[in-house]
Amino acid sequence: MSSWTWFHRLASPPSFYRLADRLAPWLGWLALALLGYGWINGLFFAPEDYQQKDAYRIIYVHVPAAALSLSLYVGMAVAGFVALVWRMKLAESALIAIAPVGASFTALALVTGMLWGKPMWGAYWVWDARLTSELVLLFLYLGVIGLWQAFEDPRAAARACALLAVVGVINVPIVKYSVDWWNSLHQGSTILKMGKPSITAAMAYPLFASVIGSYLFAGYVVLRRLQNELLSREAGTAWVRELMGRSRV
Amino acid sequence: MTKRQKRMAAVLLLLAGLSVAAVLGFTAFSKNMMYFQTPSDIAGGKLPEGARIRLGGLVEKGSVQRGEGLVVNFSVADCDANLPVRYEGILPDLFREGQGVVAMGHMDGKTFVADEVLAKHDENYMPPELAEKLTTPDGKHSCAQFKSMGGST
Repeated sequence: MSSWTWFHRLASPPSFYRLADRLAPWLGWLALALLGYGWINGLFFAPEDYQQKDAYRIIYVHVPAAALSLSLYVGMAVAGFVALVWRMKLAESALIAIAPVGASFTALALVTGMLWGKPMWGAYWVWDARLTSELVLLFLYLGVIGLWQAFEDPRAAARACALLAVVGVINVPIVKYSVDWWNSLHQGSTILKMGKPSITAAMAYPLFASVIGSYLFAGYVVLRRLQNELLSREAGTAWVRELMGRSRV
Repeated sequence: MTKRQKRMAAVLLLLAGLSVAAVLGFTAFSKNMMYFQTPSDIAGGKLPEGARIRLGGLVEKGSVQRGEGLVVNFSVADCDANLPVRYEGILPDLFREGQGVVAMGHMDGKTFVADEVLAKHDENYMPPELAEKLTTPDGKHSCAQFKSMGGST
């Protein structure tokens, strides 16, 4: 089992806390740089669309938010799986660190989509497969957060949340492929599709930058939340007391 | 099996079972998952008279005719069939010939009478200069996004 020692060391709260402390600033600054480039170029300098004019610029927020809403859920479900099978405390903390971040990005994707839908489609909301499954995704996130708050014992809470997170992962491919499997008002995928690109390079580069930048930002927020979670969970242990003592000097 | 392996088996089994249930369920109800039906579906269909449905397709080039007041007549097509539509009301900004629409309404004889028309945007983004170069004569390139339910079974 010696090949797994790095894994066990990583999974121990104090060493992960230190790793996150070193990693987080990099993620944060890189995210700031990429989002700065992506959003300034996307919102001000990219050409306007031949049909939607300036309204299409919502994609620089909507697409990253929607992509993250799915990716973060997968991350949360993986953490839930590890928490269920290996009973690892770090995974339990990761699960609850991710949930509110994922819920926020899901809500952002829904709201930006609605604001775009009214002028473009003619309706804020329709019950097509994509919109409905994305709303279910929001409810799954809120369910995890609510379950977490409902338990006194953090370990029991984590187990319940993990089960919900893992079961809910079924919804992720439904959201992703709803526009391919069924007729929907929501359009198909622009970036992640085979064949010729459906977006001009001058519009696409800021979009890629804002997607990657948003992922890094989400990584930054999740790491910081995870650090916080570890501190409050391990309060009173030697490493936390040592850390707090040192930082106070 | 250790306890850990048992837990893993239980979680994986649960996921597999749920996936099978989801696939079966969505296959059985795939008709209900369709947000709209296409002209082909209606052409080959057994629609009950006066049933309210949504019709989706491309507005055919050259088919839009403005009538009295806010009345608009146009024809909606997918890759195989087309259907005349009558609508009275305000159209969304993106409504134009060659573009996708989803109309809510019912069949009245051979005409689809709509009381709500939404624009369906496709996944293409480009500046106007490029769009002019790319314009295809009939807009058939984008009809594939309107999936017929097939065989109207």
